[in-house]
Amino acid sequence: MKFDTPAGINPIDQLKVIGIPTDRIEGPLKTTGTARYAYEQYDVAPHQAYGYVVGAAIPRGRITAMDLAAAKAAPGVIDIVTWQNAGELGKGPRNTARLLGGPEVQHYHQAIALVVAETFEQARAAAQLVKVSYEAQPGTFDLDASRKTAKPASGGVTVGTFEPAYDSAPVKLDATYSTPDQSHSAMEPHASVAQWKDGRLTLWTSNQMIAWAAGDMARTLGLPRENVRIVSPYIGGGFGGKLFLRSDMLLAAVAARLTGRAVKVALQRPLIANNTTHRPATIQRIRLGATPEGKLTAIGHESWSGDLAGGKPETAVQQTQYLYAGAARATKMYLSVLDLPEGNAMRAPGEAPGLMALEIAMDEMAEKLGIDPVEFRVINDTQVDPSAPQRPFSKRDLVTCLRTGAEKFGWDKRNPRPGQSRQGGWLKGMGMGVAFRNNLLTASAARVRLDGQGMVTVETDMTDIGTGSYTIIAQTAAEMMGVPLNKVRVHLGDSDFPASAGSGGQWGANCSTSGVYAACVKLREAIAQKVGFNSGDAVFADGAVRSGNRAVPLAEAAGAQGLEAEDRIQFGDLGKTYQQSTFGAHFVEVRVDAATGETRIDRMLAVCAAGRILNPKSARSQVIGAMTMGVGGALMEELAVDAGRGFFVNHDLAGYEVPVHADIPHQEVIFLDETDPLSSPMKAKGVGELGLCGVSAAVANAIYNATGVRVRDYPLTLDKLIDALPVVG
Amino acid sequence: MKAFSYARATSPAEAAALAARTEGAKFIAGGTNLLDLMKLEIEAPTHLIDVNGLKLDAIEATEAGGLRIGALVRNTDLAADARVRRDYGLLSRALVAGASGQLRNKATTAGNLLQRTRCPYFYDTNQPCNKRKPGSGCAALNGFSRQLGVIGTSSACIATHPSDMAVALRALDATVETVKPDGATRVIPLADFYRDPGETPHLETVLAKGELITAVVLPSPVGGTHIYRKVRDRASYAFALISVAAIVQKDGTGRVALGGVAPKPWRVAAADAELPRGGKAAADMLLAGAKPTHHNAFKLTLAQRTLSAVLTEAKG
Ligand SMILES: Cc1cc2nc3c(=O)[nH]c(=O)nc-3n(C[C@H](O)[C@H](O)[C@H](O)COP(=O)(O)OP(=O)(O)OC[C@H]3O[C@@H](n4cnc5c(N)ncnc54)[C@H](O)[C@@H]3O)c2cc1C
Ligand code: SF4
Repeated sequence: MKFDTPAGINPIDQLKVIGIPTDRIEGPLKTTGTARYAYEQYDVAPHQAYGYVVGAAIPRGRITAMDLAAAKAAPGVIDIVTWQNAGELGKGPRNTARLLGGPEVQHYHQAIALVVAETFEQARAAAQLVKVSYEAQPGTFDLDASRKTAKPASGGVTVGTFEPAYDSAPVKLDATYSTPDQSHSAMEPHASVAQWKDGRLTLWTSNQMIAWAAGDMARTLGLPRENVRIVSPYIGGGFGGKLFLRSDMLLAAVAARLTGRAVKVALQRPLIANNTTHRPATIQRIRLGATPEGKLTAIGHESWSGDLAGGKPETAVQQTQYLYAGAARATKMYLSVLDLPEGNAMRAPGEAPGLMALEIAMDEMAEKLGIDPVEFRVINDTQVDPSAPQRPFSKRDLVTCLRTGAEKFGWDKRNPRPGQSRQGGWLKGMGMGVAFRNNLLTASAARVRLDGQGMVTVETDMTDIGTGSYTIIAQTAAEMMGVPLNKVRVHLGDSDFPASAGSGGQWGANCSTSGVYAACVKLREAIAQKVGFNSGDAVFADGAVRSGNRAVPLAEAAGAQGLEAEDRIQFGDLGKTYQQSTFGAHFVEVRVDAATGETRIDRMLAVCAAGRILNPKSARSQVIGAMTMGVGGALMEELAVDAGRGFFVNHDLAGYEVPVHADIPHQEVIFLDETDPLSSPMKAKGVGELGLCGVSAAVANAIYNATGVRVRDYPLTLDKLIDALPVVG
Repeated sequence: MKAFSYARATSPAEAAALAARTEGAKFIAGGTNLLDLMKLEIEAPTHLIDVNGLKLDAIEATEAGGLRIGALVRNTDLAADARVRRDYGLLSRALVAGASGQLRNKATTAGNLLQRTRCPYFYDTNQPCNKRKPGSGCAALNGFSRQLGVIGTSSACIATHPSDMAVALRALDATVETVKPDGATRVIPLADFYRDPGETPHLETVLAKGELITAVVLPSPVGGTHIYRKVRDRASYAFALISVAAIVQKDGTGRVALGGVAPKPWRVAAADAELPRGGKAAADMLLAGAKPTHHNAFKLTLAQRTLSAVLTEAKG
C-alpha cells in the first residue's frame, strides 16, 4: 500500500480497540519470567557452549602477541576465537569499528577474543589466562582539545545571513554548553545464541532492527542474506544500543561455526560501555538575537562532537532547523576524530543533546528579555518549516502543549527571580523546556492470517523493546478485523517474517502498525471476495463480516484452509511536502539542598502532541520512562573519559549512575487529543523519544530558578553548584 | 573466578587456624563484596572458609553498659535492633544509608568493615593499581578521581574506604574483637584498625594472616543528637561523595567523623574540640593538610558545608 494522500476515515477511526488504555498482551509472560530473552533460549539448540569476551586493554595500537596456551588448556575450554581463526570477516555499513579486533586495536574493550567453554564459569576463568602483548599508539581522547582540528560536517542549514542579523540584534545571547558521553545501559546485556545448520545461521539475539542485523551479519560473514535468520522476540531495553549488529552476535556466530556447537554469548556488564556504542559528547555554541518584544531574529547553533575515523557526528543542531521562527539562522556541525569507543544513536539522537543546550539558551534569553519562558516560546512558534516556508507542518500544536502544561502545573506560581524560594534547608524552583522530535516514516511490512477458529495471526519482524509493540499491533489487527484482542496472536522479531520498520527513531509504533493496517486491508478484501461481498460494503465487526442483512462469522469465512494476506506500507512524498514532527512541553519542579547542592525532583509534567495515541497506557509508560532518562541526563549520567588512558572509566552500573526509584517523584503525562492524517493511515506518530527531548533542560532551568546558578555543562552534579550557593550555618 | 575449595568452620579459633595454615584461604561471610571481586579475579582465593555458621550473630549487652555486636550480625538486623536505634541512632542511620535492602540482608558487620574500595581503576584489571597489584602504579592519580580521597591518602593510592557503617562506628569509639590463629584474642580500637596506605596500599588493616573478627563492641551510650548525613549524586543506592557522622550534645560539644574522604573513617581529636565553634572551624581541623585532586577538590567545600548544616540541624 502506498500512502501518498492524506488518510480519510478508515476502520481505525472506530476506536473500539485502538486508543483504549490496554495492558501489554505479553505482560504475564514477562511478570512470570516465562518470556524467553536471548540468553534464556536454552532449548532452541542442544549442547550450547558458553562464550566469554576478552576486550582490548588499550585504546589504540596493535596486538604483538597473544598467548592462548594456558587458556586453551584450562578445564572445559573448547576453543578460542581470535582474528587469526575467525575466517574472513567483512564489516557492515552500520559499524564503524570492527566487531572483532586484532591485530589492530581501534578502541578500548574492542573484542579481541572469545573463549568458548562448556560452562560460563569455565569460559570466564580461562579468559583471564589469555595473555596479550600490545604495542600502544597515541590517540586523541579529549573532545574539547580536539576542536581545533575538527572538520566541518554536513547537515547544517543556512537561512538568510546570520552574522549581520545577530550583530544588529538588540538583545543577544552567546553561550557554550556541553553534554557528556552517555551509555544506553539497558537492563538486559547484549546477548546471543548462534547455531549453524546446513550452512545456514540462526541467531537468537536481542536486537531492535532485525532486517539490518540480518543484512549486516550476512555481509560481515560473506553469506547470502537468506542464509541468516535472526530471532529476537523479547528485548530487555535497547535505547539505540541494540540497533546494529554487535560483537556478541558476530562472535557467537563465528564461534559456533568454528566449534560446530551452538554458542551463547552475553556481553559482560563491565564491557558494555566501551565495547558497544554510546551517545557521543557534544560541545555546543548557541547564539540568539531577538527584538525587545521577544521575536527571534537570529539563531546560530554550532555543535562539536567526535567519533572514530569514518564515524558520524552527533546531529545536535537538528531541531534548531525547525523549532522556532526566525528570519536568519545558521546551524553547523564539526566532527573530530577521537579514539574513544564508537559513538552512535541513543534514544532521540541529535535532539536529546541538542535540546539539552537549546532549551537552556531559550531560558537564558527569556530572562534577558524579561519575558516568561513559556510566553517566549509561544511568541516564536512557527507553523511552517522556517528554512522552507512553503512547507507547512503537517500538524503542530506546540502552543497548546505549552499553555495546557503551564496551567496544569501551576506555572504562574513560579517566581521569575531565581534563588528566592526557600523552604527550610531547600531552595525551590521550577523550569520548563520544549520537546521536539521529527516524525520519521519508513516502509513496513506484515503478514496477517485468519484461521478456521476465527483467530487472527500477525507476523512481522517488528521488535518490542519494552515499548508495547505486541499490544498496539494486536490492537490494530483487532480493530481492522472486527475481533476482540484475545482473538489476535502476534509474532514478532523473526527475519523469516516480512520486514518491518523496526524499533528506532520513534518510528516503530506508527510505521509498523501502518504495515499491519495495510496487510489487514488486503485480508479484508480476500475475505469479502471469498464470501461474495463487495469489499467496499463489507463491515467487519463482532467476529463476523457483514453486508446488508447477511453476516458470515470470520471463522466460517476463513474455512479450514484459512486466508492469508501480506502487504507493505510505503510512504510517498507527504513527509517532504509537509514537515512532520512531534511536540511537547516539560515542566519540572526541583529542590536543591542549600548546603550540599544535591538536587531532588519534586514533580514533573509532560504534555505531548504526537498524533493519535494508539495505546495511552504504554505511551504513558514510554513518556515517563523517557522523563526518568532525562532526569538521569540532567543530574548524573556521564561516561567519565580518562583522556590520558583513552577509555570510559566508570564502566559498570555502580560507576555509571542512572536514576533509582527514590530519584523519581510524581510524574504526570497529558496527551493532546489529536490525529495527523498526513502521517499515516493510523494518523499516529511516536512518543518514545519525544518524551526525553527537553526534559534535562527543564531540570537545568528549574535548578537555575531555584539557586540562581546557571550551569551549562551536564550533568548538573552538586560540585558545579556548591561554590555559588549561599553561606551555611 | 578461579576454582576454589570450600569448607565450613566449626569454631572461631579453628577458622583462624585453618586460614593461617591454608595458602590462599579467605573467609566468606555475606559474600556481597568478596564474590563480586572474585568474579573479576581482583581477589583470587583458592580456599573459602565459610564463617556463617560460627554463631557470631548475636547482639548482647556488655558489662560496661555497651553492646557487643557479633561479626556475623546482618546489617539489616543491626540497624533494626531496638537498643541500637535507641542508644546508637548514628549507627542505625549509617547502615540504612548504605547499599540496598537486599544487600543489607546479606552483609555482615565484619564483612562491612573489610569491604574494599570502590576506586574504578581497582575494578579494571587492565589498569595499573597499587592496591590490586602492588608496584603497578596508580591510574587514579592522573585519572578520573572524582570519588576518591582527599586526605590520609598517599602518592601510591588515593582510594577511600567506602563503608558507611564504619564511619558511625568510628564516631562511637567502637573496638574490634578478634581471634588469632593461635587461639589468642585481642581488642583493636577502630581508630587503629585501618592502616595508612603509604607505599603499601594493598595492606589495609592491622589484622594478621588468618585473624578472624568475632565482634565489634560499642562503649556505653553517650547520648546527644545523632546525625548521619550522606551526600551522593542520586537519592539512594550510591556510595557517599562525602558523609558526616556527628553526635552533638546540648552544649554544642560532640564528635564528628567523615566518610568518603580518606582510606579510613576520618576522625581528628582536635576537630571534635572545635565543634562548639561551628562547622567551619571543625572542618578546617578535620581537613587540614588535605591533598585533593583537580576532580575532587569540591569535597573540601562539601564536607565543610555539610558539617555546618548538620550542626545547625542538631541545634534543632
Ligand atoms: C551494589 C552495592 C552497593 C553497595 N553500597 C554500599 C553503600 O552505599 N555503603 C556501604 O557502606 N556499603 C555498600 N556496599 C558494600 C556492602 O556493605 C558490603 O559488600 C558488605 O557490607 C560486605 O559484607 P559481607 O558480609 O557480604 O562481606 P564478604 O563479601 O563476605 O566479605 C568481605 C571481606 O571481609 C572478610 N571477612 C568477612 N567476615 C570476616 C570475619 N569475621 N573476620 C575476618 N574477615 C572477614 C572476607 O574475607 C572478605 O575479604 C555495597 C555493595 C554492593 C554490592
Ligand atoms: S587510588 Fe588506589 S585503588 Fe585506585 S588505582 Fe590508585 S592504587 Fe588503585
